Amino acid sequence: MADVVVGRDKCGEQRLVSLPLSRIRVIMKSSPEVSSINQEALVLTAKATELFVQYLATYSYRHGSGKEKKALTYNDLSNTAEESETFQFLADILPKKILASKYLKMLKEKREDEEENDDNDESDDEAES
Amino acid sequence: MAERPEDLNLPNAVITRIIKEALPDGVNISKEARSAISRAASVFVLYATSCANNFAMKGKRKTLNASDVLSAMEEMEFQRFITPLKEALEAYRREQKGKKEASEQKKKDKDKKTDSEEQDKSRDEDNDEDEERLEEEEQNEDEEVDN
Repeated sequence: MADVVVGRDKCGEQRLVSLPLSRIRVIMKSSPEVSSINQEALVLTAKATELFVQYLATYSYRHGSGKEKKALTYNDLSNTAEESETFQFLADILPKKILASKYLKMLKEKREDEEENDDNDESDDEAES
Repeated sequence: MAERPEDLNLPNAVITRIIKEALPDGVNISKEARSAISRAASVFVLYATSCANNFAMKGKRKTLNASDVLSAMEEMEFQRFITPLKEALEAYRREQKGKKEASEQKKKDKDKKTDSEEQDKSRDEDNDEDEERLEEEEQNEDEEVDN
């Protein structure tokens, strides 16, 4: 009987996975098409998630800007999602941060561009000079 | 089951520990970066599950198994995880086997202790088995009566 789950050993020995298997199972089961998961698949997914966290952190740190400052920031992570093909699937949940003032300026510029185009359509004098 | 959205989060303390162990000593990880990695990990689980499920469906199986997860890693371009995952799977299987043997050994030791005091050592095992069988039968009868 496998009633003692690996991640829950009480003694402080080296454990196979440190993420809670019950939580990993809940996340896996939240996908509607999944009916059942065997224990080995669950342990492997938990382990893979750990490797993923390590890889995402080290990759972002190595390619990031904070090496001199010894820091890992949100921007390093969103850069990774944007630039690396393997981490592309994270782009939606790690969007690039942008200052509100910058965004407003961008909006304004866009609007001005459009207005300019409208103007050009009406009077071609500037465009052709 | 996931009833609240926070049920899909992984524990921050564990995620932070994994990040810290992966990075050089003394690297400061902003709070925002931690929660971003934690969210990314949840998305990774869902992505991997969905990929693995496709492989199970292709094989006309309803239960996800270890090979489905390994195939998913390849599909997701995380081939670098495959070797450590296979090692972990081996370790897990050894551990399960070890636990099973340990519990059987424990049971045997217990039986021996109670018997060895009075019985001939050479006949110990036969007696053990007979007694066990007798005990089991008695228990079964009891259960049947109870029901």
